[in-house]
Amino acid sequence: MSSALSITASVNPPRAAFLDFPLGHTAGRPNELDEQTEIMRAALAVFAESERGEITPLPFEWSADHSWKAQVMAGDAEGDDRVERFASPQYQSAADEAIVDASCPSCIWLDREQDGAE
Amino acid sequence: MSSLPPVDHIQRTRDQYASLGYPPYAWVKEHTQPPFVALKKPLRECRLGLVSSGGVYKAGQVAFHYKDDISLRVIDRATPASELRATHFAYDLTDARRDPNVVLPFAGLKRLVDEGALGELANNAYTFMGGIYSARKVREHIAPELVQRFVRDEVDVVLLVPV
Repeated sequence: MSSALSITASVNPPRAAFLDFPLGHTAGRPNELDEQTEIMRAALAVFAESERGEITPLPFEWSADHSWKAQVMAGDAEGDDRVERFASPQYQSAADEAIVDASCPSCIWLDREQDGAE
Repeated sequence: MSSLPPVDHIQRTRDQYASLGYPPYAWVKEHTQPPFVALKKPLRECRLGLVSSGGVYKAGQVAFHYKDDISLRVIDRATPASELRATHFAYDLTDARRDPNVVLPFAGLKRLVDEGALGELANNAYTFMGGIYSARKVREHIAPELVQRFVRDEVDVVLLVPV
């Protein structure tokens, strides 16, 4: 599923469900479990119902007023809104960093294997 | 402004890069006929695999970094939302941190399992930080690893939740 229609269309997936929500909400809005469940139900229906290459729009609206889309397109005036691409782990909070298990058995380090291979 | 078409994020990024004086971003464009496998049984009998690129990790795991981090995290489906975190350099994390289900939809999927609409959710979901500027690394490292794991997990379908 996707909330970036042009990017998803560009990679030409076998099938997709499109949710027309702002980026960062691919599966719904926060703390709205009823709506999240209906979004999942509609997204999974695409597995059974879509044709090859079809991108199915899901019947949900972020708000009746679509001005948020104009704001996203106009956001460029603010320049680069992305955070610097730090090369060290970026914890949500310092508390997470304090309790981290550095051996991280549930982490999959593909880049470390790759370093040896290349 | 009652109705507008979907935001064209490719055009938006093109405009943003031009205004910053960056060379244009090279989007992946795939023109070949995509592979397509029809669902072999009803969803109520399927085991679903889940993968999200929203930068979700579990408290206690090493967090993602922002410079082409191609590592994955294994997230047990039983992990309470209160132990899930989100980190990413290129989207507004406010709502994902308020409720990680907006990028890793465990709660909605579990409801569908409870009501019998979906067979089951695989024990493990896989997450990564999708701000990776090398499509080659994704194709050659992340994709095959995920395929291998989903085969091992014996899933019938996989839901990709890119962010």
